[in-house]
Amino acid sequence: MSAVLPDRHFLYVLRLADSNLVLAQRLGELIGHAPALEEDLGIANVALDLLGQARLLLAHAGVLEGRGRDEDMLAFLRAEHEFLNATLTEQPNGDFGDTIARQFLYDSWQIELYGQLAQSADPTLAAIAAKALKETRYHLRYSAGWLVRLGDGTGESHARAHAALERLWPHTVELCDPDDIDAAMFAAGIGADLATVRRGWDRRIDETLAEATLERPATPPWRWYGKRGEHGEYLGRLLAEMQVLQRSHPGASW
Amino acid sequence: MSTQREWPLYEVFIRARGGLDHKHVGSIHAADARMAIEHARDVYTRRQEGISIWVVKSSEIVASDPAEADALFEPARDKVYRHPTFYDIPDEVKTL
Repeated sequence: MSAVLPDRHFLYVLRLADSNLVLAQRLGELIGHAPALEEDLGIANVALDLLGQARLLLAHAGVLEGRGRDEDMLAFLRAEHEFLNATLTEQPNGDFGDTIARQFLYDSWQIELYGQLAQSADPTLAAIAAKALKETRYHLRYSAGWLVRLGDGTGESHARAHAALERLWPHTVELCDPDDIDAAMFAAGIGADLATVRRGWDRRIDETLAEATLERPATPPWRWYGKRGEHGEYLGRLLAEMQVLQRSHPGASW
Repeated sequence: MSTQREWPLYEVFIRARGGLDHKHVGSIHAADARMAIEHARDVYTRRQEGISIWVVKSSEIVASDPAEADALFEPARDKVYRHPTFYDIPDEVKTL
């Protein structure tokens, strides 16, 4: 493992943590509001898995940073522009089609990413990825199953699933578009090769969309880069709700 | 879901450990068999309750009629010799 890139190593792990944390918070908003009791529990289970992964990754990021920040400080005491989650994860829940499409696009990416990170030269990251990979297989089974039902369902469910994919598609570009941090981490044997991730992601997306009778949206001329701290209008409100307790009562615990 | 129709009911059976039988734990609604397994997993195995799940459409279960309980079960009541209570069970046998 290279010792010359501590800052990039920290940021790389922080990105992974933030995407999981923000999506877990989003899914948590649905608890008590899902279309059926069984889906309520299903979504809560996914949210808790993602939160568990986020905690492990944040704790690891805190160690890599070496400034004494623990998982809680990283989660609750950073400002919006310091969050490095993919903008896909901060998108609102919308209708069930939006929630499922977002989850499917994310799970399809994560399963490819974790598959590689399980071989990372960073042993802690490799262990977290190996554990998370099992959870992600189930998440993808859940979200892909639902996307097929919605796409290949009624006229209305098909139209809504299609609209959700169109809305979310610009937010998928950054997932597989490497920047200098991704490139450096891959070169150091710590991070994933996003070109390989993209091939796996493309294949999974195309297979499931075909089964769901949904069309793949065209690649948009604009794109988002949450992993650089550039966010849309939604993240701020999500963080306000997530962080309010810790900011109002610093150090509160039970 | 403005045109919501009820999903069919499935009965859920969980095997807690290898060597044990699947036991009935409850029921869930689901649109199809695959969703039924996922719902059963999400609702009934959140606390490591099982290693295997069966789901059966509730409408496929044929049940005895409670009104016939006397005719079906009463005759067994006075036949104590059918109970294998006269054997010593070895300590090694855990789940008989």
